[in-house]
This record gives sequence, C-alpha cells and structure tokens, in this order.
Amino acid sequence: MSDTTLRSATISVLVENESGVLARVIGLFSGRGYNIDNLTVAPVERDGSKSRITLVTSGTAMVIEQIKAQLDRLIPVYKVLDLSEGPHLARELALIKVLGTGDKRAEALRLADAFRARVVDATTESFTFELTGATDKLDAFLDLMRPLGLAEVSRTGVAAIARGVNTIS
Amino acid sequence: MDGTIASPELMNSGAEAVLRALKAQGVDVIFGYPGGAVLPLYDALFQQNEIKHILVRHEQAAVHAAEGYARSTGKVGVVLVTSGPGATNAVTGLVDALMDSIPLVCLCGQVPTHLIGNDAFQEADTTGITRPATKHNYLVKKSEDLVRVMHEAFLVARTGRPGPVLVDLPKDILISPAPYREPGSAPHRSYRPRTEPDPRRIEEAVAMLKRAERPVIYAGGGVINAGPEAARLLTEFTRLTGFPITNTLMGLGAFPASDPLFVGMLGMHGTYEANLAMHGCDVMLNIGARFDDRVTGRLNAFSPGSKKIHADIDPSNMNKTVTVDVQIAGDALATLKALIAAWKKDATQPNRAALAQWWGQIDVWRAKDSLRYSQNREPGSIIKPQYAVEQLYKATRGRETFITTEVGQHQMWAAQYFKFEKPNRWMTSGGLGTMGYGLPAAMGAQVAHPDALVIDIAGEASILMNIQEMGTLAQYRLPVKIFILNNQYMGMVRQWQELLHGGRYSSSYSEALPDFVKLAESFHAVGLRAEKVEDLDRVIAEMIAVDRPVIADIWVDQKENVFPMIPSGAAHNEMLLGPEHKGASGPAVTNEGMALV
Repeated sequence: MSDTTLRSATISVLVENESGVLARVIGLFSGRGYNIDNLTVAPVERDGSKSRITLVTSGTAMVIEQIKAQLDRLIPVYKVLDLSEGPHLARELALIKVLGTGDKRAEALRLADAFRARVVDATTESFTFELTGATDKLDAFLDLMRPLGLAEVSRTGVAAIARGVNTIS
Repeated sequence: MDGTIASPELMNSGAEAVLRALKAQGVDVIFGYPGGAVLPLYDALFQQNEIKHILVRHEQAAVHAAEGYARSTGKVGVVLVTSGPGATNAVTGLVDALMDSIPLVCLCGQVPTHLIGNDAFQEADTTGITRPATKHNYLVKKSEDLVRVMHEAFLVARTGRPGPVLVDLPKDILISPAPYREPGSAPHRSYRPRTEPDPRRIEEAVAMLKRAERPVIYAGGGVINAGPEAARLLTEFTRLTGFPITNTLMGLGAFPASDPLFVGMLGMHGTYEANLAMHGCDVMLNIGARFDDRVTGRLNAFSPGSKKIHADIDPSNMNKTVTVDVQIAGDALATLKALIAAWKKDATQPNRAALAQWWGQIDVWRAKDSLRYSQNREPGSIIKPQYAVEQLYKATRGRETFITTEVGQHQMWAAQYFKFEKPNRWMTSGGLGTMGYGLPAAMGAQVAHPDALVIDIAGEASILMNIQEMGTLAQYRLPVKIFILNNQYMGMVRQWQELLHGGRYSSSYSEALPDFVKLAESFHAVGLRAEKVEDLDRVIAEMIAVDRPVIADIWVDQKENVFPMIPSGAAHNEMLLGPEHKGASGPAVTNEGMALV
C-alpha cells in the first residue's frame, strides 16, 4: 500500500551484555520475517557490561522503521541507531585463502597488493590474505580471486560508526 | 534494574526470598500447579498465610486465570508452574497475554543449575521456548540476582505496554540462601518506556480534530490497560468533542455502551455504523488500538480518505500496517489528559454544522439496525443465540457482572449483544483467539471479586478445552456461571465453511458431546438446560440465583451465523448483513481473501 522500494540499513544496537540478548535480536528477525544481511556483536565497554550489535538489513522504509521500533522495545536494549540515515563508516575484515602456483599465484599477489591486502600466511601453494574495508571492496576482491584459486573465506561482518562528533550513547 | 537500596538481608532460602518479593509487590494470590522443581516454593507457601495459592488442574488454565485476575483488577497476575511440562503447558497462556498486553509474572521451576543442558528429567529450555512468548524472561543463575530479577519482572510486566514476564527458577537457587532487598525507585538501566506524550504531537492532533468534518474516535484495549481513570477521561473527551466513538473487541467498556455517542464495536463483526464511520471519516483518532487485521479489513481500502492520528504506548505499533499522519507515543491516560487540556486551550471552534451532518449520516446507518435478528417467542421455538445473550444481559443489568468468553461465534455474539458501561468487566482472548480461555479467566476474575457475578459465555466446543477447571471451581467454591451457547458445531468454523468452502463441514460438528448437566453434577456444580425459548429466562434466573458454580446448557439454533461480517479481504464498506436485511449482498470473496484467516 505504500512505498515498496527496498533500501539497505546499517543499524547499531547498544545492548546489555547478558545471556540470551543476541538470541532475542535474532529471534525478532526470524519471527517477524525481516532480513539479516550481516551481523556482528562484541562487548564494547571496559567492564564488559554492554555489547554493540551491528546489523545490516534491507526492507521497505516501513519495514526498516518497524525493525528499529521492535529492536528498541527489547528490554536489554539501550539504544538503536540507524547509521545509514547519515554519514558513517562501515568496515569488515576478511581472511582469504587462495590456492595455486605459477602465474595465477603471482597475479593473486599483485592484485592483493593493489587492494592493500596483507599476506598473513603463505606456503609454496597458498596465500592467506587479510583485507579490511567496506563490504563492496571485499566483494570486489573476492570476485577477482575466484578464477585465481579462491579456496576459503572467513569474514567478520560489518563494524560501523557514525562520522563526526556524534556517538551512540 | 539497580532499583534496590539499603544493605541486603540474608534469607534462609531462595524460596523465602521469592515469597517476600511477591509480598513486597502486593501479590495476594497465585495460580499454580506443583511439581518437583518448585517443591521448595510450595513448601514456603505452606508455611505462610498472606499469599493464597489457587491450585488449578492444568498450567494453561493457571495463566488464563491470572489473566482474568489481572484484567478484572488492573493488578499483575501471578502464575507458578513447575519445570518442563509445567512450563510448556503455560506457553499458550503466555502468548495469549502477550498478544492482549496483559501484565503477568510467571514463576517457573527449573532443574538445578548444574543439570541445565543435560536433558535432565522434566528439563526444558524454558527461556528459549518462551522468548517470543513473553515481553521478557529471565533465568536466575545466581542467588544474588534472584530478588533483583523478581522486582524487575514486576516492573517490566506492569509498565510500558504491559505483558507477561517469565522467571525461570532453578531448584538449587530456590534452596540456597539468598539476599533480600526491598524494591527501589532507581530507574532500570536500559528499559525506559515512554509514557508522557510529546506536547507538539498533541497540539497537531487537536488542530486536526478541531477542523474535522467527519471525525471518529477508535479506542482499544490500551485505554483499559491505562486504568479506569483513562476510561473516564476517554468518556470526558468524547463528550467534550461530541464525536462518534467505536471500541475494539479489547476496548469494550472503555466507553459506556449506552451513551448515544457510541456506535458499537467495529471490525469484522462490528456494527454497520461503526465500520462505515471508519470508512467515511475524514479524521480518525486511534487511542490504544493497533489497526489489527480484524479491524482494518483489506488494508488498501481501509478508511481511504482520512487523516489518522495514532496514540499508542508502543511505538512499534505505529506505521506497522497503516500509515498514520500524527504519531503520539505515550500512555493512554497521559495522552487523554493532554488531549483534553489542549482541546480546551485551542480557541478554534469545531465545525458543528459539519459534525451535525455527519451524525445525520451515521444515524441513517444506525437505522439499518445491523444487529437485528428475529426470535420466534412461540413455545417450542428454538432459541436464537443472540436472544440468549440479550436475555442474559437484561437479567444481569444493575449487578456487578464480569463477563469472559471462549473463542468463536458465541464470543462475537457476546461482544455484540452484551453492553458494557465500565472497563475491566469484559475479558476475552482477542489477539491469540484461544479457545479454552473463558472458564479459567472467569475463575481468576471470581477469585478477585468473590461477591460479583462472573459469567463465562461459552461454546460447547471451546468449553471442553479447559473443562477440567470445574474441579478448581468446586475446590475453592467459586460460583462461576458457564453459559454455553450450544449449537453442536464449532460455530465459527462452520460459518466460514458455509460461506467460503461450499458448505463442506469438515470436522466442525461437535460429535459425541457430554451431557453438560451430568458433567456439572459430577464436578459438584449445578447443571441446567434450556432446550426451547420458554426455558431460557427461567434457566438464566436460576443460574444467577444459585450461589454455586453452574453450567447452563443453552440449546441454540445450529444454523445461525454472526452478522454483520466483513469477509476476508474485503473493505469496511463491503459488509455482509444478516438474513434480516433482504437484498443486502456483500462482495464475493477473492482468492487473496481465501488465504486470510
């Protein structure tokens, strides 16, 4: 009945670091049929009392509003911040294993250099690269590695923060 | 919550600490069922007299009873069940309370902490199972957390949008000594529900309402939950404005049904005038309702030309299904106070001429008399279910009466033909639609109001879902009246099969029913039966006069359907009217409509 355009949203949620809190967030998404494209969670306070969950989701404007309102009403949630409403930084890290020898191996290394991926492990038949950046940069690098012997990927998911002086708390 | 002050006092056992916390929270009655994991709590209950325990016959009934207690008093209802099956049996009740925003605290036994995760006897992952079934839940793993969690559970249950909270209590925590602190006033660390509305939104709303030509107020259960004062203010505000008002199923009693401004219940089985007023209004004020699908009908045809104001304590209800123009997040009581003040302050004169014209239109709709039915009074005639409810209403007027229902046709007839003047007198399972709700809910209401007349308007199918609670009625001498509209069908299922599935009555006939009179007698209650129209008033009078539990088995017309009806996928202006309204035909149900429930 209203706008059906899908948009992606990067949402940071500051939560009480207690058992079950991640299950509450994930259960909310599965129970109400929302998408989770990406999710990270880690404690962020010195005493470990609070954790920050960063979610990348997609939906219509109405659904994104719902997601934020539903997250906000969970009891252990301190704050819900839609970073995609303003300028923000989003980064993830990937460890990427590429197997190969000869020209392909040399090409992989050259491309890694162009992307500023670091070699963190190597054998005569493999490289493991560490690459940090926005999701699309990681995706682009992986696309390039695919024909060059891409064998395994481990990604952290997105960490995001607003630009400028504004903070979540 | 760090809402605790002063140094703690060490209690001999966690169970004693739990009971002390309950007393501090003002609890005087618990509905429960014992079992291995909660034996320490039952032992502590045995050794005191302040908190009364009502032993139910099934844990689901304990939760519904606590709901009936909560809804008829405005207090938090308390449930006590054991681990494993005790907890899983309670789940239906918890979801029911969640959907209808009823404040409950459910205490639940758990296997000792060192056995959690070992598939121990009567172990279930209760917090896992009930996470989406509760507003919040807790597993107490350390004795020092016990009392904080207990106090916090009550805070969460009763504040904001109320709801059920479960506390899972491992047996070793109930046995070990635990520190006790009184509840404090410090705010919760992360939970801060908004109750005061934003004054700018109130002004916008009033400006819109003052200029309205065809306004309607649509009030729901949020007003009931905000307490009797909120219902009084709703009445004051409505009379101040002179606007027509409709109530949702959950909101019945929030505004006096006898007031001429009341246009009846709205929605799937609402009145013609209420639904057409919703459809044709230019400004809609929703207070404490959530644009439920039973209310809106087809969304893209819902009140197409109106500006909508939505006041709700839960911001997640805003713009969920219906896009609104003004959002007021706040408690219904605070919102109504602010609306009344702002209405008086705003110097704009409302458009009385337009309002009078609007009322003229509504009166035309009203004259349709959409709840009309015909009852043959000749002796030997079959009783119409609508007539049974009307006669029951007439016989109980002027008494302190509480009505509960099960779910189905009888529920809708009760909502249509029983008139409520005050809040907290009407308890029905609105959101979840739980058959088996009415008898235990009536039990809870009767425990809270021992001298009142408490009636469960039931169907012969629904009542069997928690019929075991007849035993509880007998044990505690609770004179609950069960008024069964017996049409020998799961009537609402049969109605849909008639209207939507070509009259193929698949599994909706109530085969092999018990003799309800003998059933009542076997549970030490009184059994009465009305087979024909001439029996009805006598049976109702006898039922009310007896100071014991009663089952009144009222044989009603098997073929009767609930009208008006907005068929699935239809709009408010596409209502089906009853057989009394000849020539009135509604829309055919579309394929999309068939997929709806």
